[in-house]
Amino acid sequence: MNGEGEKFSLGGVHEWQFGLPVLILTISSLGILSIYSASQNVAHNFEWAPLYLKQITWVVIGGVAFLVMSAYDYHRLSRYAYVLYVLSLLLLVLVSFAGRSTRGAQRWLEIGSFSFQPSEVAKVMLVVMLARYFSTWPSTGVLHRIIIPVILMFPGFLLILLQPDLGTAITYLFVFLTIILFVGPWTRSLIFGFFGILMVLPFLWKGLWMPLRAYQKERILAFLDPTLDPMGQGYQALQSKIAIGSGQLSGQGLYGATQSQLQFLPDGYTDFAFAVFAEQWGFLGVVILLFLYYLLFMMMIGIGERAKDLFGVILVIGITAMLSFCLMVNIGMTVGLLPIVGIPLPLMSYGGTTLVMTFAVLGLLLNIKRRRFSS
Amino acid sequence: MESVVKQSENLRRIQRRLIFLRLGVVVVLAILLIRMWYIQIVKGEEYAILSEQNRVRMVYLKPPRGLIYDRHHNLLANNIPSFNLYVVLDDVDDRQRLQEDLSALIRVSADDIRVAMAKHNTPRLPLKVKENLTLKEAAAIESNLPQLPGVVLQAETERSYPQGSAAAHIIGYVGEISAQGLKEEQFQGLNLGSAVGKYGVELEYDQILRGRVGHKTIEVDARGHEQRVIQIKEPVPGDDLHLTIDLPLQRLAEGLLEDAAGAIVALDPRNGDVLVLASHPTFDPNVLTRGLTVSHWNQIRHDLRKPMTNRATQGQYPPGSVFKLVVAAGGLESGSISRSTPIECRGRFQMGSRVFKDWRKEGHGLVNLHEGLVHSCDIYFYTLGRQLGIDKLAHYAAQFGLGRRTGIDLPAESPGIVPSSKWKARVLGERWYPGETILVAIGQSYVTVTPLQMATLIGTIANNGLQYRPRVVRKFEKRQDDTLVDIEPFLLDTVPIHHETLTALHEALRDVVVSGTGRRAQSRDIAISGKTGTAQVVSLDKVESEDNVPHGLRDHAWFVAYAPSDDPEIAVSVILEHMGHGGTVAAPIARAIIDEYLQPDRVLMVP
Repeated sequence: MNGEGEKFSLGGVHEWQFGLPVLILTISSLGILSIYSASQNVAHNFEWAPLYLKQITWVVIGGVAFLVMSAYDYHRLSRYAYVLYVLSLLLLVLVSFAGRSTRGAQRWLEIGSFSFQPSEVAKVMLVVMLARYFSTWPSTGVLHRIIIPVILMFPGFLLILLQPDLGTAITYLFVFLTIILFVGPWTRSLIFGFFGILMVLPFLWKGLWMPLRAYQKERILAFLDPTLDPMGQGYQALQSKIAIGSGQLSGQGLYGATQSQLQFLPDGYTDFAFAVFAEQWGFLGVVILLFLYYLLFMMMIGIGERAKDLFGVILVIGITAMLSFCLMVNIGMTVGLLPIVGIPLPLMSYGGTTLVMTFAVLGLLLNIKRRRFSS
Repeated sequence: MESVVKQSENLRRIQRRLIFLRLGVVVVLAILLIRMWYIQIVKGEEYAILSEQNRVRMVYLKPPRGLIYDRHHNLLANNIPSFNLYVVLDDVDDRQRLQEDLSALIRVSADDIRVAMAKHNTPRLPLKVKENLTLKEAAAIESNLPQLPGVVLQAETERSYPQGSAAAHIIGYVGEISAQGLKEEQFQGLNLGSAVGKYGVELEYDQILRGRVGHKTIEVDARGHEQRVIQIKEPVPGDDLHLTIDLPLQRLAEGLLEDAAGAIVALDPRNGDVLVLASHPTFDPNVLTRGLTVSHWNQIRHDLRKPMTNRATQGQYPPGSVFKLVVAAGGLESGSISRSTPIECRGRFQMGSRVFKDWRKEGHGLVNLHEGLVHSCDIYFYTLGRQLGIDKLAHYAAQFGLGRRTGIDLPAESPGIVPSSKWKARVLGERWYPGETILVAIGQSYVTVTPLQMATLIGTIANNGLQYRPRVVRKFEKRQDDTLVDIEPFLLDTVPIHHETLTALHEALRDVVVSGTGRRAQSRDIAISGKTGTAQVVSLDKVESEDNVPHGLRDHAWFVAYAPSDDPEIAVSVILEHMGHGGTVAAPIARAIIDEYLQPDRVLMVP
């Protein structure tokens, strides 16, 4: 029954019930450490605590969400999938009217002294909604397989793009395309083609994007998302590379990482958390961190391979696509392979909504794993 | 039932596809890992250096410049604290915003900063945006520093001259070193923005006053603000200078010049110490040190009265009748005349077709050397000059040090001119006419001297032929160990002149003041000896009456003197441009200075 999964099991890691929670906590702890050291010298005019303490709070809240989502029968989620999706769309509409506007973008809803990002929720609800849609296995025509899903997906995409939040919008689109590809009636060659494109992407990037003149890049990015501050991008990209590079083999240590501690690297606690980590821990640390992510994704996919229903598998596909895409784009931009769009590194970057939602969806995956034997 | 079977078939089909998801993740992670290996291992060292450059800056520490005192320890040049604002352009990401922010906080225009930034082509080195911030401005910058990337507020010192324009030509002033000057060897170790001497003692003794630049290596954050000091090398302060200048006397002299253009030099003939070196019009070194606007600078430079010229050392004037001392000495030394040789003066002296007049129309009658000097009889010296000839005149003038720089420790001294037949052939390419000798004999024609040379001349006569090199610095005080280093007086020359000749000159000079042309220099308390002079600006042949002469064409008034007559302690020369007869206007000034200097209980400290 799960013959394919066995081939890729790593010493039965995915069989270990506590594997997933331990992995998640390890990665988020490393994230907290990076945030701690990167924000040491940031004069925090944040309301109630320094950033790393806030992040710890978010991890605790995320832990609760994780437990709730892993215990609650996920089939109920399937029942309310459309309602939840519509609700998340309504939040997006709300944010475009009542949201807090920072640097020309409306992404945040203020609830009391907390602010939260509806687009993060919408991403997850898109996965849930598509899992529900395809779990009933509609007929294989183009209408049911492509046109209707596109119509369902499009309002969310548009609302996020108009905020504007280019990074999240691209993630949203990527998640959608991945699910369509995996559930489609396509032959393997198409799937090969997809990954083929994925693999040549860096070369396309070099061939198509890099040769553009700086002002052309600026114009394109500024057109898509004026908040990206293309003027500052060259600086950020360079400082990020300097931070990572100066980590060399064994890193500068927690207190010797001058790039992040002296704030040559802006946003070291959010989008550039990986660069901070790489500066402190060096290539050895990076190998370990990437290995931890590798284990996480393998474990997630393993759950999908053993899930007992379509809803669960599609959830796994969507969530894996979402998190791995964020990882790829985030690290890709810190190492200068991709343009700087504001996408957080899952589990490591500072940010309440993202962290709690990531914990919640991973809880959901554990839920799927736990219920794989029940009928 | 069929649908359930189909469902599970579909499920398994999709689950089989998950291997591509695994593949995708592995590919992505592999690409990232390779990239990381490239950046951290292959290029790691390069980036580590860049990181180091990011955080480490070198800051120059300016040494305090040596202080300058007069001979009575009155402070002439001082350092006062000054807040200076610098910008390290490398740390500025938005220049325009910074320009606007700065112009909002302090009194500086955004345009000026923009121009300065555009010109500054060493973005890693600090650019001085404004100096001398008020305390209020400094506080405004300091409190907004976190929002001002690249801005550095430095507490430094600024040169200040507490005496204002007094002795300005001697002290001089400082200014920022030019980019051109930085390349010169004498300015090694200095950096852009360093203050160097531009004039006077500040220029001449710059190496001593300057000290040595220190530096500190600091760690900065991304805004260029100091986090901690890594290494520090303290600057070495410059040494203090003690001048020979007598400030109260200098101020008196400057006051006596009033609005006239002219110069006064007073020195101690026994060692060459310059007590007074006044030149008028003058300037305020404080204004020049703070940096002038272009228009202000042009105004000073093009001022027709040339305030930036030190008339005492750079002004070259015909010596007029003062030169008769040289001619008289030459006459006696060469044996052409004796003290009693009489010459008849009828007010006219004919040479070929040309007639030379005495300043006194009716003439002086029968005069000997003594009377010739006391009454400044022109005819006597026309005759003597013709007897000696130009080259002998030049020889004796050179013996007294005329026609060459005295070697005073001030920059850009003028040598004056002692003409000879050779000189004329070399410079003008013409032969010497005997008529010119006649004019040289009374200190006209080509012969020119500086007021300092005149003071040296009369001082040498007073000091029995011992000629000391005039100097304005007598000692310097080493800051490192607080030791005073005396500079020994330098005996320049012993003029080969017989005692009898000197006695004749001394007696004549005394009588000039007692009963001759310099009677207005007569003092109640002190025996003063002196000689008047009137330097013609244009030949009086062309002018009918002296009273109608426009100011710019009027004669320069000379007076040289020493006192006390029997044991000289001070030698003075005074010149007033276009003020007429030396005996009338210059003599009283010399007397006032001598009276003050030799007064037993004078006040030496200036408040």
